[in-house]
Amino acid sequence: MLLIHCPWCGERPESEFRSGGEAHIRRPDPANAGDAAWADYLYYRTNPKGAHVERWVHTQGCGRWFNAERDTVSDQFQRVYRMDEPR
Amino acid sequence: MQRYSFSSLLRHTLEGHRGWQPAWQKAEPKDRYDVVVVGAGGHGLATAYYLAKEHGIRNVAVLEKGWLGGGNTGRNTTIIRSNYLYDESAALYDHAVQLWEGLSQELNYNVMFSQRGVMMLAHSEHDSKVAKRHVHANRLNGVDNEWLEPKEAKAFCPPLNIDPAIRYPVVGAALQRRGGTARHDAVAWGYARAASALGVDIVEQCAVEGMELAGDRVVAVRTSKGRIACDRVAVVTAGHTSHVMAMAGLRMPLESVPLQALVSEPVKPIFPCVVMSNTVHAYISQSDKGELVIGAGTDQYVSYSQRGGFPVIEHTLEAIVELFPIFSRMRMLRTWGGIVDVTPDRSPIIGRTPVRGLYVNAGWGTGGFKATPGSGHVFAHTVAHDDPHPIAAPFALERFTTGRLIDEAAAAAVAH
Ligand SMILES: Cc1cc2nc3c(=O)[nH]c(=O)nc-3n(C[C@H](O)[C@H](O)[C@H](O)COP(=O)(O)OP(=O)(O)OC[C@H]3O[C@@H](n4cnc5c(N)ncnc54)[C@H](O)[C@@H]3O)c2cc1C
Ligand SMILES: [Zn+2]
Repeated sequence: MLLIHCPWCGERPESEFRSGGEAHIRRPDPANAGDAAWADYLYYRTNPKGAHVERWVHTQGCGRWFNAERDTVSDQFQRVYRMDEPR
Repeated sequence: MQRYSFSSLLRHTLEGHRGWQPAWQKAEPKDRYDVVVVGAGGHGLATAYYLAKEHGIRNVAVLEKGWLGGGNTGRNTTIIRSNYLYDESAALYDHAVQLWEGLSQELNYNVMFSQRGVMMLAHSEHDSKVAKRHVHANRLNGVDNEWLEPKEAKAFCPPLNIDPAIRYPVVGAALQRRGGTARHDAVAWGYARAASALGVDIVEQCAVEGMELAGDRVVAVRTSKGRIACDRVAVVTAGHTSHVMAMAGLRMPLESVPLQALVSEPVKPIFPCVVMSNTVHAYISQSDKGELVIGAGTDQYVSYSQRGGFPVIEHTLEAIVELFPIFSRMRMLRTWGGIVDVTPDRSPIIGRTPVRGLYVNAGWGTGGFKATPGSGHVFAHTVAHDDPHPIAAPFALERFTTGRLIDEAAAAAVAH
């Protein structure tokens, strides 16, 4: 079980959280985006073997969202940061 | 290739079993091949076999970074069925079941395909409506599936608890009698042996680390055993597909997550079929060695750690013990995980890519073992002709751009 550091509540077990998938995915501009841009936004993911930036929500705790960087091979969290902070 | 038969077994027995040859040749890579298949799981080996057998392409290498069948092929719970909702999926998975039915003869290798029946439980009004919809959709596609009332389900699987007072009571079940299980390792070994006999090189301990492109065409792979030139590359690397495709500069609509399974201590035959419940998330069968084989769920986050979180196992065993109280005091022997590649619509990706000469067969996620023969068969056709096999065509990568998804996600919940 992962131990996840919520920026507001501190370290809590993984079962208190929901993963929100890859972070920093930007919705394309509807006026200009073609099918490929929409496909990339909706379905394509980086899915890296290594550093992954992702979103989490502390559902069974404070209910707030935050971002994290985690190594997908070791599952070690490198960094936890707020959603309005840059990656 | 030495043919296996009762008489050959008898002859070798009389000779003290000293005359057996290795089932397949271990190869070192040549400088160039017509086709390089990346990944020696069941799907990659089947692809190589059908390339050689049905399309006459024998200058083929299968490159494997670890050992043959050591990926998800050797880690799965071996449930085979074809009762998928949509026409495209029913065609694909039933093509596989039809090949399974003759596979031991075709390969001259006992893959222990056992059509003991796969029963999928319904626990609520909603579940039963979804299950009945599947039964009818399957029948329209010529795929067998039938509805059982709780008492009939219990008669088919005596250990099942149909007490209406449990938290998720069994209100009925859909049964596919042609479904069942097979021996996972034997599938990899059988295809490896048959492919090797046709001249395919199977190279273990050979990781693909890069791809060389000339313009928009792939011309070689770089591996831990050196550069290998080739006309075509067929990537069949399951959970590692995003990583391998990135070597050709491509992104994929995939996320890789750990999926776990566990086995109990072996006991006498008690469990005659396969039972799955998508609602409470449990699936169980008994291996020929006597172990209960139990499938658990996936972790919720991307990971290549090849081990899953403990809460996932706990959750599964809670469900198993409620449905089969008789197993509550059994000891579990081993748990393990594999990395599965999940697509947004839970259907696989089979076909060409934006790079010419590069083909991909991936996205089987939590449920591709059942498809192994069919997947290899239609993919070999696609690679050989540079044109999708009619059954594979709807599963092309383009569907994520056109929006024509094959959305088995909501329909199957856990696609095994
Ligand atoms: C716990 C678990 C239970 C499952 N239960 C079921 C089930 O009951 N029924 C069902 O139908 N399916 C099930 N599945 C899914 C099924 O196992 C897979 O969909 C299927 O086996 C995939 O086969 P494959 O040949 O594509 O992949 P794999 O067998 O994973 O083969 C891919 C190979 O590629 C190799 N590779 C990766 N990267 C490289 C590289 N860079 N260079 C060279 N080689 C590389 C890997 O080492 C691996 O051997 C389960 C999976 C798991 C993990
Ligand atoms: Zn919190």
